[in-house]
Amino acid sequence: MFTFVPRDKVSKNWVILGPLVSIIFTILFGLLIFTFLGYDPLETLYQVFMSPFSRVDRISDIFVKACPLIIIGCGLMLCFRANIWNIGAEGQFIMGALLAGSFALMFPDVETKILLLFMFLVGFIGGAIWAFIPAILKTRLNVNEILVSLMLVYVAMLFIDFIVRGPLRDPMSFGFPLTKPYPEGALINKIPFPGIGYLGQLHYGILLIVLLIPLSWIFINKTLGGFKITVLGSAPKAAKFAGFKENSITMTVLLLSGGLAGIAGVVEVSANMGQLQPEVSFGYGFTAIIVAFLGRLNPIGILFAGITIATVKLGADNAQMTMGIPKVVTGLFEGILLFFLLTGETLQKYQIKWKRFK
Amino acid sequence: MANRKELDILFKASKINKSFGDFQANIDIDISIKKGEIHALLGENGAGKSTLVKIFYGVLKPDSGTIEINNQLVSISSPKSARTNGVGMVFQHFSLFPALTVAENILIALDQKISFQRLISDIRKLSKEWDLFIDPLRLISDLSVGERQRVEIIRCLMQNPKLLIMDEPTSVLTPQEIENLFKILKRLSKSGCSILYISHKLEEIIELANQVTILKSGRCVSTLNAKTTSTKELAETMVGKKITKLKKNNIKNNKTVAFEVKNLNKIKDNDFGITLKNINLKINYGEILGIAGIAGNGQNELMEVLSGEVICNNDNEILLENVPIGQKNITLRRKLGIEPIPEERTLHATVPNLALNQNTFLTYYYKYKNRNNFFSNFFISPQHSSEESIKIIKDNDVRCPEPNPLANQLSGGNLQKFILGRSMANNPKVAIFSQPTWGVDIGAATSIRQKLLNLSQKGKAVILISQDLEEIFELSDKVCVINNGVLSDILPVNEMSASDVGLLMGANINNNTKSEVS
Repeated sequence: MFTFVPRDKVSKNWVILGPLVSIIFTILFGLLIFTFLGYDPLETLYQVFMSPFSRVDRISDIFVKACPLIIIGCGLMLCFRANIWNIGAEGQFIMGALLAGSFALMFPDVETKILLLFMFLVGFIGGAIWAFIPAILKTRLNVNEILVSLMLVYVAMLFIDFIVRGPLRDPMSFGFPLTKPYPEGALINKIPFPGIGYLGQLHYGILLIVLLIPLSWIFINKTLGGFKITVLGSAPKAAKFAGFKENSITMTVLLLSGGLAGIAGVVEVSANMGQLQPEVSFGYGFTAIIVAFLGRLNPIGILFAGITIATVKLGADNAQMTMGIPKVVTGLFEGILLFFLLTGETLQKYQIKWKRFK
Repeated sequence: MANRKELDILFKASKINKSFGDFQANIDIDISIKKGEIHALLGENGAGKSTLVKIFYGVLKPDSGTIEINNQLVSISSPKSARTNGVGMVFQHFSLFPALTVAENILIALDQKISFQRLISDIRKLSKEWDLFIDPLRLISDLSVGERQRVEIIRCLMQNPKLLIMDEPTSVLTPQEIENLFKILKRLSKSGCSILYISHKLEEIIELANQVTILKSGRCVSTLNAKTTSTKELAETMVGKKITKLKKNNIKNNKTVAFEVKNLNKIKDNDFGITLKNINLKINYGEILGIAGIAGNGQNELMEVLSGEVICNNDNEILLENVPIGQKNITLRRKLGIEPIPEERTLHATVPNLALNQNTFLTYYYKYKNRNNFFSNFFISPQHSSEESIKIIKDNDVRCPEPNPLANQLSGGNLQKFILGRSMANNPKVAIFSQPTWGVDIGAATSIRQKLLNLSQKGKAVILISQDLEEIFELSDKVCVINNGVLSDILPVNEMSASDVGLLMGANINNNTKSEVS
């Protein structure tokens, strides 16, 4: 029988080498699988790993794709550190986008970007309201937050579908389920680079990451609130012993993570869509769970994890488009990558020993 | 003559070695048990007793060494093969399924096939024969701890064992139940069954055993005749150094009431809790009040309301220097000078995966708060308590592998020193201890007990909740007993005997138990 024995010391070299070895294994496995399925293995690998880096505008698209993942991931990090399992960021993302979008559509002629600032606030509130439901049920009635938050995702999906097809449908949309376009003040613009113009879809929303990563690092490491979250997650009885109120911590992390997911929804719609549509998220809320864990619940880790996941997602899209590889195959490949990354991380902390079964 | 001696020996283990990673739990251990002998195995926590008996029962496999039964070399590879070789074991933490009946639990562990009717009549017969009264059709969850132990013993007896291993069987029993158990064990040994009896209670060993083998840091240090040795000799061999007697100073004339609990009631908040009923206690400065009782009789619930982790329904239920504090939370009570030291050192008193300065911050953070400055209150972090943490480590001789280690890098005794130091640095008026020496070795326990005495001599009020009667009697000025959420009257220690306390501990837990204790 194999058993996992904790290592006395985690080797510093392997912290860097580990992910590299994981990626090499992923490549080897990928080669095997793509060959087996009859695709040109080198071409496929190029598409998945290299094509996102092949042009400057594509590189900038990585950041565009990573942006909502990282924003949601930072919020989820707080929850997961406190051992609160918010699985419904997808729903909170949708509700943030929906509420902020409805708010923006009330001011059809506003051109000033101050509107955008208010939209962030409204989007935060929208996401937070959606997270408040599992939070209040958890703190008052001890209802499992995993189930409630997850099921509310589907409620949110159907709700935005209803709003976009019904009350807020643009009469000029020729029957398409779309709202009116956002006013100028509600749009996040692309960043112009002097002499080059725009780099792909790169927009000002990226600045939010630049702000959020250091802020959440400071919150976790340098404030009483961050300490409370860590203690509650590691030892709930010790939190009680210290006099930290479990319910208010639970409420805070759920509201914050819901709010951040809502803001991510605002960014995504205002930067890339410019109007509400039935589908505003493409699983960002769920993917961000992987990002948070892959980043080891640490803001800087989440930055890199977000970029890694975004790269592979874009590469998989490219492989689908240029080579006609089915989505399930690229999904399989994404799974293999995650498997090896997580295995690598586990093996840094544990060694496997063979023990004869008694 | 030598041959005759060989014949007497039932069970002989030679040169047993077992290590876990770098840690050697058993080193070259030799032990031989005669037929019909009660052989005690004595040692401090972590001396390797449990590892050794798990090897004997086939739960663990030794790295090297041999076991002979009746002069035949045997290989005990699993508990089942132990049972076929005539070795039975009663575990310290019972291995019974609470949702099944007595008979079903026995059936599960039975190696031979047998009809259920036959099993029930066998159990009835055995329990009558050995005075182990138990109804085979009752659910385990309805049984008291003592009764559960009887089930375990019957389960072993069903196999006609030649050697019965008992791992700390008395740690959960009342004095009356212990007496009963001893009678049974003595009868068993007279009938020819050998018993390997693991304990760290010295009086018990002297009363019960014929031979005693003492383990220390994984080695067998000596085997003594239990009938000719003394508790002092045993203790000194076990610890390996002379035990310093506690210095007790009886100059206590401060009669100011420090801490008072009046008619405190608290309904349990879950099915497994205990409801506290009309608790009254009063303690003066300079006194130690011992609260005895068997685990699970409301000690945790009492600790929670005394510390302020759980707030009272009524402010007047707890008074500090005649000021009501029942509805103040734990932080406010700390500010007023009440320091609780909980039973669980890790995960309750400290967070194992956080560094010591963070663990200091855990109960110190309120000190860095500034009444009017919201902004700076937001930005207080464990770095603030680094200096205090270093001071606690230095003043209390906490041995650390590095300057600011994680709490889980410290040994139990050192972590307890840190926790005590953290509380005492606040110069409290009242200190409330729950099982302060649980799971630490005798040396560390003695130094912790001395610290408690020193506290009371400095005029502090000390409340000591403990299951260890010896500890209660050694330290306390006043004693009371908690039983099923009810606190007995408080009496001066010299007006109470151990058997009085034992009776209070066992009284009316449930009527079934009482009627069966004959």
